[in-house]
Amino acid sequence: MRDAKVSPHQVMSHTDQGEYSRTIFGFWVYLLTDFMMFAALFAVYVVLRKNTLNGPGPKELFDLRSALVQTLVLLFGTFFVGMAGVYAHRNKRRKTLLYFGLTFILNSLFLWLMVSDLRRLIEMGQTWKNSGFLSAYFTLVATFGVHVAFALLWTIVLLVPVLRGGIELFSLRRLVCLRMFWQFLNIIWIFIFSIVYLLRGIP
Amino acid sequence: MFGRLGELALKHDWIEYAAGLSMVLGGMGVCAWVTYQKRWKWLWKEYITSVDHKKIGVMYIFVAVIMLVKGLIDALMMRTQQALSVGESFGYLGAEHFQQIFTAHGTTMIFFVGMGAVLGIINVILPLQIGARDMAFPVLNSISFWLFTAGGLYILISLIIGVFAGTGWSAYPPLAGLKYNPGVGVDYWIWSVQISGIGSLLSGINFLVTILKMRCPGMTFKKMPVFVWAVLATMMLVIAAFPILTADIAMLTTDRLLNTKIFTAGSGGNPMMFINLFWAWGHPEVYILILPIFGIFSEFVPVFSKKRLFGYTSMVWALFGITFVSFLVWLHHFFTMGAGANVNAFFGIMTMIVAIPTGVKVFNWLFTMYRGRIDFKTPMLWFMGFVVIFVTGGMTGVMMSIPAIDFQMHNSLFLVAHFHSVIIGGTLFGFFGGFSYWFPKIFGFTLDEKWGARAFWCWLIGFLLAFMPLYLLGFMGATRRLNHYEASNGWQPLFIVASLGAVVIITGVVSQCIQVYVSIKKRREYRDATGDPWDGRTLEWSTPSPPLFYNFAHIPEVSERDAFWEMKQRDTWPKKPYEDIHMPKNSSVGFVIGMLSCIGGFAFVWHIFWLAIVCICGIILSLIIRLGNKHPHRIVTAREVETIEEGKGVLK
Repeated sequence: MRDAKVSPHQVMSHTDQGEYSRTIFGFWVYLLTDFMMFAALFAVYVVLRKNTLNGPGPKELFDLRSALVQTLVLLFGTFFVGMAGVYAHRNKRRKTLLYFGLTFILNSLFLWLMVSDLRRLIEMGQTWKNSGFLSAYFTLVATFGVHVAFALLWTIVLLVPVLRGGIELFSLRRLVCLRMFWQFLNIIWIFIFSIVYLLRGIP
Repeated sequence: MFGRLGELALKHDWIEYAAGLSMVLGGMGVCAWVTYQKRWKWLWKEYITSVDHKKIGVMYIFVAVIMLVKGLIDALMMRTQQALSVGESFGYLGAEHFQQIFTAHGTTMIFFVGMGAVLGIINVILPLQIGARDMAFPVLNSISFWLFTAGGLYILISLIIGVFAGTGWSAYPPLAGLKYNPGVGVDYWIWSVQISGIGSLLSGINFLVTILKMRCPGMTFKKMPVFVWAVLATMMLVIAAFPILTADIAMLTTDRLLNTKIFTAGSGGNPMMFINLFWAWGHPEVYILILPIFGIFSEFVPVFSKKRLFGYTSMVWALFGITFVSFLVWLHHFFTMGAGANVNAFFGIMTMIVAIPTGVKVFNWLFTMYRGRIDFKTPMLWFMGFVVIFVTGGMTGVMMSIPAIDFQMHNSLFLVAHFHSVIIGGTLFGFFGGFSYWFPKIFGFTLDEKWGARAFWCWLIGFLLAFMPLYLLGFMGATRRLNHYEASNGWQPLFIVASLGAVVIITGVVSQCIQVYVSIKKRREYRDATGDPWDGRTLEWSTPSPPLFYNFAHIPEVSERDAFWEMKQRDTWPKKPYEDIHMPKNSSVGFVIGMLSCIGGFAFVWHIFWLAIVCICGIILSLIIRLGNKHPHRIVTAREVETIEEGKGVLK
């Protein structure tokens, strides 16, 4: 174990530094590709939004209050993941674990809220099979949900070595990527919140 | 238990049986040969689990060549059918089979031959040219390759189990939707393209980071070889375009699997949305296939003209001009959608603009040759062929970019002739040129010139015979994907010429096989002992042929463009003590993920959902296991490097 005050980032060898900066940059590029994928889904949603086949539209179906709660839960989750990143860089194991743990709990809560929202729709008989609008909505939101579920799994996988040992260099690199991924999801959600929920009533 | 998979899946007509059987026998033959040679362990250690970019590149090229032969046989079958199936006669291929063949032909050629050839050359050469020891993410590179291969396997599997799509390689809904194509064919297409597409996407990230982060000291942007610039532009396209394809095909999948209505007209879906997204990827894709080829020409035309490249800066600007405009032209694939005169005019003009930077590049190569001491080696022959055919294809492209003309030409054989001119004349000729140029670097001996020239002339004449008639047929009103026509049209003579052309092209391929065979036979005579057989200009020629697994004992330091040329002129060879080298260890994770994806996709095709879930879990698990590997590197000590370097130049 290294001196607890020194970040692994500061004592990297030249080779490690190269690998660190490559990985972080590569992850940025990956996020860019994921943005493009969501962009395609958004485009489809916007095009199909009005095709409700005489069924209820966004204005009737979406519960803005629930969407707001989900947004707040997700935003706080991201605040904590930011904190976790700061402490990981300072090599503070306990606080890193604490804040990643909080992120995990909040995002699980978010996922639960999101899924129960979708279940409410399905129980009302408004499934993805009904119309182009509902298909696009379910596809967009479910893709987001899959991303969140994947990030939750990833959090567990990355925190196990931190629980067992400390924040080694390879852990730090991966934790920084994970933090970026959570923040990326947040930005996507902001778009979902604005385009899908806030603009639900726009004709 | 086995979803839709029953014995009906194995029911075919005799031609399909013959194709399937020959494939199985061929595969078994290869396996038997490997077993006989006792090479399995070697294959596993040296290639399958290798994360060395040079070996991965060779495997890409190998797969691309296999798929090229497969795609050419498809083409030959279609052309002979069209030569025979006129009036009373209906040829030898049923309509169902014919449409599978043209779909498989397009999918094979774009996704597995074009992408495979381009990625293969890039893999082998790019890290060498930037003076790097490996890719930014070597294991990810191996994963990309195996995903690419897994995608290719579906085209072969569908010969034996089930059918392939009959929708054309672009699989437009509603034809590709559940209502009109409930069978497995479209699903095979979906998983084939999806899995290989994800592989290409990961390659895109990998190469972009490699170029931006791994260049050797001194190689600033303006000192990069033009090939590196071309790959950089290509990878920007890959990164921006491939995710759109992923999303698009994923939505087609949910339409078919979960009954969503995204592209289902009449249920509030919009099939044109698929087509828009498809070409928002598809048009950048054709530049993904051609820009690296422009890079290849920019490398060997100066070398064989003994001059430096004319207009370096304008070459780079032209590359990025094409990159930018390529995202603003997708609608020209369906002017007939009815978007309105203004929209069509915009996309038409944007399409014409592409011709300007492309023209700049062609002129720059010609000016590079002007007053040079030109050595007409095989690569230069391919380049000359490229100039003629590619420019023809480009000009017919500009013709079709005028919406009013396109309304006449849409989906006619004129269009088919156009894109074959640019893809065969561009991507394939460029690949062949690059292949013969870099072959000595990869394998340590040069290719036979005589058979190379023969292959070139067969390809060139075969191409002209096969596709010039199609331009005429297009004017006469023949549409693409036609398996029967009336005798009164008077098309038959031209179709016969076209099929003769296909035969001549096959002769060209046979010549290439002979070329490789002859060169292997005479490898001692053709050996490249210096590592620099053509008096090259860029860093890859400063390594021995074939390069050692760590590429460079000393990371080169660059002060000029055409770095190796400058070093040779000044005779500056830094003598430094050897250093320890970090190299990545072999990893089987790429192979495992590729095969699990292949099985998982197969399970989705046949609705065997438990197996699909098992495969997905397997992929996640293998990634987690890989993350747990704390020692992915090994160190080659300075001493080992010294021992290896002393013995260098000696072939294995």
